[in-house]
Amino acid sequence: MAKLIGAVGTSHIPAIGKAMDQGLEQTPYWKDFFDAYPPVRTWLDEQQPDIAVVFYNDHGLSFFLDKKPTYAIGTAPEYTNADEGWGIQPIAPITGETELSWHIVNTLIDDEFDVTVCQELRVDHGLTVPMTLLWPNEQYRKIKVIPVAINCERHPMPKPSRSYKLGQSIGRAIQSWSGDEKVVVLGTGGLSHQLDGARAGFINKEFDLFCMEKLVSDPGALLGYTNADLTEIAGAQGVELAMWLAMRGALEGDVKLLHQNYHIPVSNTGAGLMLLEPA
Amino acid sequence: MNAARNPLDTVTFDGPKATQGYNLNKMCYSFNEASAREAFKANEADYCDRFGLTREQKDAIRERDILRLLELGGSIYYLAKFAGLLGLSVQDVGGLQTGMSTEEFKQKLVRAGE
Repeated sequence: MAKLIGAVGTSHIPAIGKAMDQGLEQTPYWKDFFDAYPPVRTWLDEQQPDIAVVFYNDHGLSFFLDKKPTYAIGTAPEYTNADEGWGIQPIAPITGETELSWHIVNTLIDDEFDVTVCQELRVDHGLTVPMTLLWPNEQYRKIKVIPVAINCERHPMPKPSRSYKLGQSIGRAIQSWSGDEKVVVLGTGGLSHQLDGARAGFINKEFDLFCMEKLVSDPGALLGYTNADLTEIAGAQGVELAMWLAMRGALEGDVKLLHQNYHIPVSNTGAGLMLLEPA
Repeated sequence: MNAARNPLDTVTFDGPKATQGYNLNKMCYSFNEASAREAFKANEADYCDRFGLTREQKDAIRERDILRLLELGGSIYYLAKFAGLLGLSVQDVGGLQTGMSTEEFKQKLVRAGE
């Protein structure tokens, strides 16, 4: 049986990718942010997961408004990155996974999550930045990735509680898979931030810390928020909490917090990092 | 805190906004391609016409008026690609939208962590 070994929540801001491109990790602005990552990399190195299920949102690379899935999952053997228009260097292809991917698709549809299934998908910084952060120097290429995209751009968006349930269904799919792979789940994005309008630059540290605590101890406490609530409390892009909820849903039950960090600001956001293991 | 929580400060990018801004967003989505960015720079008005932008949207593009572009149906994800084409960072864009210099906007972000 496949084993769900743990989960990582991490920011996916494009500026992180640029900072890594330019070797700025130890400069004053970035040091505190990057210094939080080695313990997570060490854990990944010790655990040697075979597969990573990555919850992310596409910011207009693969999905435009012409066809914008609410939830989408990849089932491809490889995923490419590409120019996003504002200067982050595309990275070498991400390795995909096809067998567990299809098993997850079957489970999701059985559970009445009618996802869009993608046999070809270009993945943007939402997925690539976490991969390069957690597995630098192209080490990410040894991990097989299953991308799961959540619409965080155009309302209506899936309810936060629904994304948690999506994660639960994917967690059950992993646990019921006949293979013997070790699987890690990544929740990416967030935490509070707003890029658009007169309220640009809004960050809510108190709420972010509350979310990080509840994600560990009592995720149910976060499931009553609507996307309108999150927009108000955590900023228009604070709705990216959806990916962290999906991650936590996959790791259902009690968890052990192995490492966490919270840093303001990284670009326009409050950047969270969290490493969880099943208790 | 009360002012910051006022949802009226934010244009909700929903179905009607996505309808209004479709062509504008489609043009900005094209900026993923280097050749499209070059074509825009070579003749901005012509490039806007190719995508059927309204006069108001064209004016706002010409004036680099991000707040107005949001009102006219722009999604910040695609407008970010327009900003990137102009060589602006998200902090530059934050400053433009809030009437601050980029440095003042960065300081505001730092203060959020204190």
